[in-house]
Amino acid sequence: MKPFAYLRPATVEEAVRARATHPGSAFLGGGTNLVDLMKLGVSGPELLIDVGRLPLDRIEELPDGGLRIGATVRNSDLAAAPAVRERYPVLSQALLAGASGQLRNAATTGGNLLQRTRCLYFQDVSVPCNKRRPGSGCPAVEGVHRDLAVLGHSAHCVATQPSDMAVALAALDAAVEVTGPDGDRTVPVTAFHRLPGEHPERDTVLEPGELITAVRLPPPRPLAHGHYRKARDRASYAFALVSVAALLEVRDGVVHHAALAYGGLAPRPWRAAAAEEALRGAPATADAFGRAADAELSAARPLRDNGFKVELARRLTVSVLARLAARHR
Amino acid sequence: MSHDPQPVPPKAPGHPLGAASARREGRAKVTGAARYAAEHAPPHRVHAWPVPATVARGRITAVDTADALALPGVHAVLTHENAPRLEQAEDPAVAVLQGPAVPHRGWYVALAVADSLETARAAAEAVRVTYDAEEYDVTLTADHPDRYLPKEVNGGHPGTRERGDFDAAYAGALVTVDATYTLTALHNHPMEPHASTAWWDGGHLTVHDSSQGSTKARDDLAALFGRDRRDVTVVAEHIGGGFGSKGTLRPQAVLAAMAAQVTGRPVTLALPRREMPAVVGHRAPTLQRVRLGAGADGVLTALAHEVVTHTSTVKEFVEQAAVPARVMYTSPHSRTVHRVVALDVPSPSWMRAPGEAPGMYALESAMDELAVLLDLDPVELRLRNEPATEPDSGRPFSSRGLARALREGADRFGWRPRDPRPGVRREGDLLLGTGVAAATYPVLIFPSSAEAFAAPDGGFRIRINATDLGTGARTVLGQIAAEVLGAPEERVRVEIGRSDLPDAFLAGGSSGTGSWGWAVHKACSALKAELSRRQEPLPQEGVTVSADTREEIAAGTPYARHAFGAHFAEVQVDTVTGEIRVRRMLGMFAAGRILNPRTARSQFIGGMTMGIGMALTEHSTMDPVVGGFAERDLASYHLPVCADVHTIEAHWLDEDDPHLNPMGSKGIGEIGIVGAAAAVGNAVHHALGVRLRTLPLTPDAVLPHLP
Repeated sequence: MKPFAYLRPATVEEAVRARATHPGSAFLGGGTNLVDLMKLGVSGPELLIDVGRLPLDRIEELPDGGLRIGATVRNSDLAAAPAVRERYPVLSQALLAGASGQLRNAATTGGNLLQRTRCLYFQDVSVPCNKRRPGSGCPAVEGVHRDLAVLGHSAHCVATQPSDMAVALAALDAAVEVTGPDGDRTVPVTAFHRLPGEHPERDTVLEPGELITAVRLPPPRPLAHGHYRKARDRASYAFALVSVAALLEVRDGVVHHAALAYGGLAPRPWRAAAAEEALRGAPATADAFGRAADAELSAARPLRDNGFKVELARRLTVSVLARLAARHR
Repeated sequence: MSHDPQPVPPKAPGHPLGAASARREGRAKVTGAARYAAEHAPPHRVHAWPVPATVARGRITAVDTADALALPGVHAVLTHENAPRLEQAEDPAVAVLQGPAVPHRGWYVALAVADSLETARAAAEAVRVTYDAEEYDVTLTADHPDRYLPKEVNGGHPGTRERGDFDAAYAGALVTVDATYTLTALHNHPMEPHASTAWWDGGHLTVHDSSQGSTKARDDLAALFGRDRRDVTVVAEHIGGGFGSKGTLRPQAVLAAMAAQVTGRPVTLALPRREMPAVVGHRAPTLQRVRLGAGADGVLTALAHEVVTHTSTVKEFVEQAAVPARVMYTSPHSRTVHRVVALDVPSPSWMRAPGEAPGMYALESAMDELAVLLDLDPVELRLRNEPATEPDSGRPFSSRGLARALREGADRFGWRPRDPRPGVRREGDLLLGTGVAAATYPVLIFPSSAEAFAAPDGGFRIRINATDLGTGARTVLGQIAAEVLGAPEERVRVEIGRSDLPDAFLAGGSSGTGSWGWAVHKACSALKAELSRRQEPLPQEGVTVSADTREEIAAGTPYARHAFGAHFAEVQVDTVTGEIRVRRMLGMFAAGRILNPRTARSQFIGGMTMGIGMALTEHSTMDPVVGGFAERDLASYHLPVCADVHTIEAHWLDEDDPHLNPMGSKGIGEIGIVGAAAAVGNAVHHALGVRLRTLPLTPDAVLPHLP
């Protein structure tokens, strides 16, 4: 590990100022991913600005009935919060499907959104990787890529975004509150992560120096049911092969509202707009759910060894939606 | 592990052997007082960090260490150009930094030594190595043009055995199975990485090493450094698991000793987890074709087990996967063959039950396929193929508890009534099934020596260079001594884990308790006889008696000696995702006398859990693009976690076998994994109705076969 300086600012303003004046600096949240990457030599900040103890650790009720989750709220606390468990169970389920108890105790809401891909090549500095070293190449296309993307990838990068939480947030139409040298802005979670295109080194639309301060949830739809399901190699402590976050509202046997997002398929939590479009007004039947999944997944471009993800995503979609529909009967 | 179905019985007063004694070092371990190899910090200790090769094959053309040496706090950078010259190594895999050749990716090419771990790491990253990279081949195929028939396979077994006329018998068989099973490479990944702390004191080398056997480690280090074995001490007091990967001397001990020699300082080197897959061995992948020929009654008439596997260009190590087929079932016409190809891969080595674990997966899966073909209960099929003598050698078994283990295991598991039809038991989205497989592991015993001492105050001490990998060896040796001496266990001190103690064989081949226990038993018996002869009180210095078992073990045995067992598993297959989980698993073992039910149970269920990993989650992919193993951390190499292991039970038969050793014990460290993966796989077939012959059974492998 290379030597680095450590700073623990007391306020958001101080943190943003420090980041702006030190180009080689990085924000540190729970450290569950960044510290690993520093040990691996993937990341080498000269200054760590510890934002994990900024006063952003509250979950606030919003006047519109939504929630505002501070960026330093720990994943464990968020998953256990009664407001989340009762009104946004899909988010609680997604959080609890991720990592391990110890990691969830450390990981923050803001940091979770910024965790980097677990592509094995990205984590190995002795091999090329366009995300880590732009222009060096992508061994994953021909190499070990069973866990990598089938949607949204480019010739330059086939990595997936690993967060479970982000998938639920995408389905919930959450928004990320950001502050930076140029002021505050709000970015929908679905637009927060970038597709790699020719610049896989940039995971998100955050500008240098910007800091996540909160995640905002719109009020829950009172009649919609939600569920998160994750398929994985072992029963705990494994990243998603494919996961689905779904919200469904059925009236008189017909889909009135549907929100669907996938994890494990793409470089970002994949909000399934085409599937939602197909679901709107469709009968709440397994056939219709399957057609909706197909509408989304027909765009998939699997690699040699990860075509199974398309079928797995389809099956998960039908199963989760059917389960949610059954709750409306 | 949801509950303990088998409460540990209370300790029987006056009979230490067979009591569920707690681990002697348990408190030291859970309080952090027990120190492991890297935790020894002699004054002026420095740290080392290795540099692995980044090409899969080639030669080093230049090493630039200037940037590394310029870092403040760096003491040295060792390369093949400046490292101490070693004597000829018995195991070429530890001849590190001796030349420019790179035989595989991850082979060590340099070592940085610095005041702090962090600086050593930074220095290692600053070393610039230039290679002349060569074409490489890391891909094992069944018909690889360079495959050959090895004369011997691991364990000293002949590579090929033929009995009778397999081809004719197979051609004439009424019912046949011809199936090929594919097993990926696997890694041991013990909790404690391979680590050493080494220093030279005058001409004497001391190494705290995470080793399964410090007698052999000492001898090997002495040979490599050209010293007398009296000039080397290896200490292996506490070991955080090894599973075979610490059975032989590993590069960290050699590198630490070299660095200590060069710097004149004590040096600690703990191998980074990510580098371990390339330098501490792996279970080689195997492609196994099994052919069975049987009559309508299911009795085997022909059996062929043919294995293709890889080794490295560094040395030949052949996973003896066809060997258990020489032991298991009646088979008048038999062919067991190993073929191996030397690839540009890391050197394979021992991993829990080498040979038996992969071989019994294939053989026991094939037996299940035969049972399905014949519509015969798979327990019954195995009972019908019980041999009178060991098939390959014709020797009588000292004891063979397989039939009883199958019957009693089936009863305890609730095997019957069982609807044999595959793919019909549904519970919502889940398909359920049960499976059975047999287990076997040889009884291996090696010469060891021990010392028993009686103090005038009535206390005792035994000294033997046994190793406790976390298995409870220290504890059970104390129990053996106490039993023989007729003393309470707490009156017996046990000293193990140092090469200046009486020589003993390493902790491997499930041989420890039998080998060491025999020497302890012999020493304590002699001490007891000596004490009973004495009329007068003991002298101030006490009485010491030594014993070794060379003669007893050289005398050999006319018997075929093996432990046996049976695994029963119930699995669920999620028809939405292809996720398979083991609902419950029961192992029934016939392993001689169980000397400590508490530690034995841990060994059995530990092995069974490792078998679940082999069946469902663990795989090391040889990546042809970069020429190395892909999964190199515990996030990507999927060992089973607690949530993967629901109800798991181990039981055993009381087996009275007088042909083993004075304790009547068989080894139990490895048999728990043998057959476990087959029982899971057979249960998956029963659940799903599809035979999957490539492990592990991850969702992507299952998905195409879901209803």
